[in-house]
Amino acid sequence: MAGPGGDMQWCFSQVKGAIDDDVAEADIISTVEFNHTGELLATGDKGGRVVIFQQEIENKNQPQFRSEYNVYSTFQSHEPEFDYLKSLEIEEKINKIRWLPQKNAAQFLLSTNDKTIKLWKISERDKRPEGYNLKEDDGRYKDPNSITSLQVPVLIPMDLMVEASPRRVFANAHTYHINSVSVNSDNETYLSADDLRINLWHLEITDRSFNIVDIKPANMEELTEVITAAEFHPHQCNTFVYSSSKGTIRLCDMRASALCDKHSKLFEEPENPSNRSFFSEIISSISDVKFSHNGRYMMTRDYLSVKIWDLNMENRPVETYQVHEYLRSKLCSLYENDCIFDKFECCWNGNDSVVMTGSYNNFFRMFDRGHRRDITLEASRENSKPMQVLKPRKVCTGGKRKKDEISVDSLDFNKKILHTAWHPQDNIIAVATTNNLYIFQDKVN
Amino acid sequence: GRSEVSGGTAVLWCQQEMEDKVISPEKAEEVKLKARYPNLGAKPGGSDFLRKRLQKGQKYFDSGDYNMAKAKMKNKQLPSAPTEKSEITGGHIPTPQDLPQRKTSIVASKLAV
Repeated sequence: MAGPGGDMQWCFSQVKGAIDDDVAEADIISTVEFNHTGELLATGDKGGRVVIFQQEIENKNQPQFRSEYNVYSTFQSHEPEFDYLKSLEIEEKINKIRWLPQKNAAQFLLSTNDKTIKLWKISERDKRPEGYNLKEDDGRYKDPNSITSLQVPVLIPMDLMVEASPRRVFANAHTYHINSVSVNSDNETYLSADDLRINLWHLEITDRSFNIVDIKPANMEELTEVITAAEFHPHQCNTFVYSSSKGTIRLCDMRASALCDKHSKLFEEPENPSNRSFFSEIISSISDVKFSHNGRYMMTRDYLSVKIWDLNMENRPVETYQVHEYLRSKLCSLYENDCIFDKFECCWNGNDSVVMTGSYNNFFRMFDRGHRRDITLEASRENSKPMQVLKPRKVCTGGKRKKDEISVDSLDFNKKILHTAWHPQDNIIAVATTNNLYIFQDKVN
Repeated sequence: GRSEVSGGTAVLWCQQEMEDKVISPEKAEEVKLKARYPNLGAKPGGSDFLRKRLQKGQKYFDSGDYNMAKAKMKNKQLPSAPTEKSEITGGHIPTPQDLPQRKTSIVASKLAV
């Protein structure tokens, strides 16, 4: 990735989370998302908790250090539930967080578990009133007889307090497990998608939602594919896409009909039937779909690759990047240990020139579309000295292993990077390992 | 043998045999998997697999059976059999000790330290 001065280098900035290897299940990070300005960074975990970090105002005296992210707010978003009617245990794990664009002083985000979406308001309080006529400052009521004069209460500064409150709860609309939420560019509606259905909500209305996609077959024996991800177009409020477990993406136009079961476009790469194997369908399942910021492309992630699609071309992707092709000869073991079902996410940088996704062994990959370069980096405590430049990593696929290379059989498949996020404007990235959040930034000259 | 075929065609046939033997890594993995699990169905992405995915979180609980089991236990003073907490299905009737206590973690996230 060549910057104005040559190749860009990534440096360690911060790491959040416990160092110990004994990871409590609740601490497993399940989603990471920057807000629209990049000032706030939210994480969700398996324990239903949300932690929001805020970027400190840049230190103008030391321009070589980009500002750090510090804890801004943390709250329990979802709690475990048991649906007695259906005998269903509902996990509190936060599947997705999506920020709303800021409209006023407060910040809003949507967080969802398998069944319920919540709109959270995060607001700051830095003043408090003092000098009430009827109450003492500590809250005790004054004796009315002691009041001889009238005073106007004043607002005085206080230590910043950040409060999170649930403003809306969007419940009981999903029979299956929610995998995606996406806020519409109209800033009034959003969609939520589960395995078989997609619903459209209004942010103000919690007691009803419109079903816009329903792929449930009349006979469940005929079920052949499920919805894996869905997203609204960044500018066209009538357009959204959803991906499937069979490797297809459907683009739908809500102006065409109320129920968008019939797609406007179907994106599918033809497969060579002679290459088909037992694993073909499983590894073609799309785990994430993301529109580019400019709205002209979309990116999909399947088990082994990242594909960029031009919205005007349905029959094949315009670019395909291999994330970890060396795993193709390990599919049998990856099926046995269930890793083949891991759902990796992917993301674009601010100007859509670079895409990023995670892999195993705490490796993550970046693909520079313009310069046709790719790099493998590692999120590890060993490379966590302040501003330490990350060394590119390489996996040795066979034959003689060079020094500094790691062989495929030595990869740790329990160390997976499923969630990554890229600051909307700057070269700052957030990479989640199992229970740690790493923040890296490019080396500023 | 192919000795009766003319020389040129024999070379072609040998090449074809070689090509057939060079299986893609993916197909080689499939052969490995089917050797380990001979009863594996032909359609991996099919109905059964997807339906299992849709049923995540399903726990089976019948209040009638549960109360009867509770009553039985009181009478017989049987020690509760240690069971896999995640596998309360089938013949085993869950008892209060078996049902996992799903309480919110009141501990703050370690990311917020």
